[in-house]
Amino acid sequence: MSYEPIKFYQTGTFTIGNRLLAPEQRTGQADMGRTNSLNSGHRACQGCGEALGARYAIDAVMRATGNQMIACNATGCLEVFSTPYPETSWQIPWIHSLFGNAAAVATGVAAAMKVKGKKDVRVIAQGGDGGTTDIGFGCLSGMFERNDDVLYICYDNQAYMNTGVQRSSATPPAARTATTMPVGPEPGNAWGQGKNVPQIAMAHGIPYVATATVADLHDLEAKVKRAMEFRGARYIHIFVPCPLGWGAASHDTIRLARLAKETGLFPVYSAEYGEVVSVSKIRQKQPVEDYLRPQRRFAHLFGKNPNVEVIARFQEMADRNIRKFGLLDDNK
Amino acid sequence: MLKQTEGSHAVAEAVALCRPEVICAYPISPQTHIVEGLGELVKSGELQNCEYTNVESEFAAMSVAIGSSAAGARTYTATASQGLLFMAEAVYNASGLGLPIVMTVANRAIGAPINIWNDHTDTMSQRDCGWIQIFAETNQEAADLHIQAFKLAEELSLPVMVCMDGFILTHAYEQVDMPSQEQVDAFLPPYSPRQSLDPAAPVSIGAMVGPEAFSEVRYLAHAKQMQALDLIPKISAEFKEIFGRDSGGLVRSYLCDDAETIVVALGSVIGTIKDTVDEMRAEGHKIGVLGIHSFRPFPAEAIRKALSKAKHVVVLEKSIAIGVGGVVASNVRLALDGIDSRIYCVVAGLGGRNILRTSLHRVFRQAEAGELEALHFLDLDWDVVNRELERERTQRRSGPIAENILRDVSAVRSSSVG
Amino acid sequence: MENKQIDKPFAITLDVGSSLANKTGSWRTFRPVYLQRIPPCNNQCPAGENIQGWLFHAESGNYREAWKTLTADNPMPGVMGRVCYHTCESACNRGQLDSAVGINSVERFLGDEALKQNWQFDKPVKESGKKVLVVGAGPSGLSAAYHLRRMGHQVTIQEAGPVAGGMMRFGIPKYRLPREVLDGEIQRIVNLGVDLKLNSKVKDIQETMKAGGYDAVFLAVGAHIGKRTDIPACEGSRILDAAAVLRSMEGEDKPMLGRRVAIYGGGNTAMDVARTAKRLGAEEVVVIYRRTRDKMPAHDFEVEEALQEGVLMKWLSTIKGMESGVITVEKVALEEDGALSPTGEFETLEADSLILALGQDVELSLLENVPGMEIKNGVVHVNQHMMTGAPGIFAGGDMVPSDRTVTVAIGHGKKAARHIDAWLNGGEYVKPAKHEVATFDKLNTWYYTDAPKTVRPMLDIIRRQSTFEEVQGGLDENNALFEARRCLSCGNCFECDNCYGVCPDNAVIKLGPGKKFEFNYDYCKGCGICVEECPCGAIKMVPEQI
Repeated sequence: MSYEPIKFYQTGTFTIGNRLLAPEQRTGQADMGRTNSLNSGHRACQGCGEALGARYAIDAVMRATGNQMIACNATGCLEVFSTPYPETSWQIPWIHSLFGNAAAVATGVAAAMKVKGKKDVRVIAQGGDGGTTDIGFGCLSGMFERNDDVLYICYDNQAYMNTGVQRSSATPPAARTATTMPVGPEPGNAWGQGKNVPQIAMAHGIPYVATATVADLHDLEAKVKRAMEFRGARYIHIFVPCPLGWGAASHDTIRLARLAKETGLFPVYSAEYGEVVSVSKIRQKQPVEDYLRPQRRFAHLFGKNPNVEVIARFQEMADRNIRKFGLLDDNK
Repeated sequence: MLKQTEGSHAVAEAVALCRPEVICAYPISPQTHIVEGLGELVKSGELQNCEYTNVESEFAAMSVAIGSSAAGARTYTATASQGLLFMAEAVYNASGLGLPIVMTVANRAIGAPINIWNDHTDTMSQRDCGWIQIFAETNQEAADLHIQAFKLAEELSLPVMVCMDGFILTHAYEQVDMPSQEQVDAFLPPYSPRQSLDPAAPVSIGAMVGPEAFSEVRYLAHAKQMQALDLIPKISAEFKEIFGRDSGGLVRSYLCDDAETIVVALGSVIGTIKDTVDEMRAEGHKIGVLGIHSFRPFPAEAIRKALSKAKHVVVLEKSIAIGVGGVVASNVRLALDGIDSRIYCVVAGLGGRNILRTSLHRVFRQAEAGELEALHFLDLDWDVVNRELERERTQRRSGPIAENILRDVSAVRSSSVG
Repeated sequence: MENKQIDKPFAITLDVGSSLANKTGSWRTFRPVYLQRIPPCNNQCPAGENIQGWLFHAESGNYREAWKTLTADNPMPGVMGRVCYHTCESACNRGQLDSAVGINSVERFLGDEALKQNWQFDKPVKESGKKVLVVGAGPSGLSAAYHLRRMGHQVTIQEAGPVAGGMMRFGIPKYRLPREVLDGEIQRIVNLGVDLKLNSKVKDIQETMKAGGYDAVFLAVGAHIGKRTDIPACEGSRILDAAAVLRSMEGEDKPMLGRRVAIYGGGNTAMDVARTAKRLGAEEVVVIYRRTRDKMPAHDFEVEEALQEGVLMKWLSTIKGMESGVITVEKVALEEDGALSPTGEFETLEADSLILALGQDVELSLLENVPGMEIKNGVVHVNQHMMTGAPGIFAGGDMVPSDRTVTVAIGHGKKAARHIDAWLNGGEYVKPAKHEVATFDKLNTWYYTDAPKTVRPMLDIIRRQSTFEEVQGGLDENNALFEARRCLSCGNCFECDNCYGVCPDNAVIKLGPGKKFEFNYDYCKGCGICVEECPCGAIKMVPEQI
């Protein structure tokens, strides 16, 4: 009889907190004194993944910096729901300038901090996928290339939600959006390679690039913490489901993020200086249907005559990610 | 200290004397020599405690400036022409947020057709953006205005655009009396921001404002800029006290006291006009010049006062508001509302076209005689224009106008367009 | 500060904290509420243990608190951890994930730990002044006495035999229940202030009550008389009954069973006696049973362990007779409707003794002439309050209709104690409404680490065929902790902070360790993420009254 050493805390090991763990091993979100950088009273929709992701990430930055941080926000849902006059939900120094310039504004703030000798004040830029992968991409790439001391966080909900769910370069193929309706011979968004900004960020050779989801807070917080250990340009791409834009139940936000990772459709990894250094393995591999089916933006793939061909292409996409990043444990 | 120097370099040195903390640079002719000069000053260590950032576009340049200014750093950038348009969204944003950024615009035409030479179309396109726009007549004034601009911007918490004619000033070598660091320091106190991004006192800057308060926000922006009408002459006077010369101000008159005809203009062309006026005065013409040095805010009262006795007002301007006529002339007309004088708009020097004294003599005399049309294009080649208009009348599809004109021009004479 | 306010540009720059003015709770059409669902283990436990509750304390290594929680319902965890058939584990939701939590082994660990540390029960805070007699010191009697004493009543147990324990002692072999454990847990009940009278048979209950001035009585005499069946037997055939065999194991003289032993019956007692025979040195032990293995009432693990120890099984067989050490067996067929039909096919097998394990009967002589007492099919009838037809006389355990297990008996003891207590106070015990069960579909098991069950060590197979050492070992502390932490805490908040963390609106207030959470309905938009992501199903959405 071999004795299993206690290496797990089985009861809720993947939960936000765990009374059985030492406080320093629990997540920041479990802390009664967490900063709630994005405060109650914001106007995000019910079950908003972006609101959740933003509080997770910014609270983690606050924790890592001892509350010495400034955030620059691109136009978008996050900005609109957090700061409609006369109320702001932000409890941090925060600036919103334009849709496409968050990275550049952050560069400016970082330059100001440097010149003023406030080395301890760290700078964050954040935006949705539209403000990051599309309109803000030039400024983002410039910030990367100059290796400015900025952590850019993209909250990817895969379309222009603020303007009414139009397609962005982060919208997955076949998805219904207001500008890629599920009509005609090829319904939904066109099949393409998309614009993989984490990979493009890695190509800049910046110190740190990571992907994360709102479904794994431990991983997300560890990545933010790691990101703050570097100076220079850093990028974290957080997958944040949008109940409204995806046609999903508001309570399914985290479940969908979990499924995106567990299917392999959204690979979760981190890279330092352009090289992948960690991969979050799939724990319970799921078929892509389980992820696609609960979302009305993919409803045209199911129903009476399921579009098996398109579903198979999604599965190929997931399998390609699994191979490319080694998302499955070797012994599974 | 008197110094024979290029206009751009004089500006670079003047900006450096203002101890900017962040400079963002993106090259566009004819602004390049300014940012190059500053780059060298920072690199060499002559200008210390300054972050010089090479950005990837003018949009980024203004965005970086927004960030650094909001974080409490004295911030400078420069642009021109297409660059100003490319950053336009951020230009409006900077003023909307009340950030005291100082930006040089080395005035240049806007394409298409692409043209790198001087006129005022670029800054005129941004006349309503909420920035203070001041115009330099000479390189000396260009240098001086930058020093005044920082003070003005920071006192009002508003961005200031210092406009100087591309090439004509930026690339011209002239004698400039460069101020000393002590003088500038005495004139310009360190930047104390009205608000800044600070973890010790967090605020949210850049809220979304709906119909319930947007008009008030806009009115306040207007009211704030109108405060500059008092502040600009005050700062100009303070400047004179320390530096001993007239620079800036709202408007400056030349031989206007008894003038029956007054020519109104902005920028370096005032010099040419003054020469013409001197020559005409020698011949007994009662003519003077009114230089507008602050275009935004528009000093309507000062202008009205200066022009109230003139019978003829000639507004000579280097821009055209297509579909209406002159931008400056329209503003002057408003300022003179109710005063019985003839107002002529002369559009001149577009895309770098030389403004010849002989041509000025001609139109000023025509104006004195009441023979000038309300909107006049100086030295327009009517042959070319009429031929093109005729072709358009007869052929529905006549191809791009620019190409046609170039073909005509080169057929008639060798092109002088660079 | 005032100046700063004035300095800030109107509308464009906003002060932190201002969004709190926007009470987004008004958007809600459903609201989340915390609730406690009953975990399947608790729901299943015949002794009514709060299993999830004591595992919760064990998880953090607070074994004393775990033991206290456990013994609030069941005073004998050391015994339970060995002899309980732990149907809780069959009900355990974790069984659907990897394998059920080893509840029984953790319970045993706690029981053993309590004996090792000599933990004692808290004495009653107040004496009620009422006297209660418990007849029989078996599991239900001891359990009732314990609970009644803790309620402040003066309790006397009268036990006919020379030792306490009842079927725990006489019906369960040592290799399953070491006697020092049993004795220790009985002694702890006595230490609580229960008066235990041994060798004190109650002959007439009414008389005893009157003589002792008892206000109420709990009858728990058990079922000790082995059932016999009519087997034609001749001279030289040694036919014994299982209860007697097991009882005699406790005495000085061990029963003589011979080299070849046959057991007739398919229950747990049959298995116990078969394995006992093996240990007494029998070379060939055969269990003869009328039906098939899957129809055997014995627990599968007992059958499995018996088979491992070399016990042979003969299914679908009835004994027709025994003559000179030869048993005649007829093969029977199992019809589709479950009925048995003889086949006319016979065979014989040699046996030095045949032990009948066909169940036990109750000795009811003490109840003669009690008015209102109702006896049917050899057992005493009780109402829902466990009271017999005679006021003040309650009964439980094997002498009332029920599953005859130690756990059920202990449960009866607790239940009877509550009813007796209420009756003594002139009222009726009303069972609190049962919460809904936390079924597997209410859980979000993603959040639990994969952690296979820790299997308790088993005695080496050769040793356990020949000795009466305890077959199943216990968990050590590390293993017990590991096992306890496998609990999913079904239906009961274990303060994992998920709801607090996953709320996009910060509308969950964390009240601090041990104090759980509250919803801040000012801001809760009713998205339901907290419900979906609650690992243990302790939150549900209810419609708003609009």
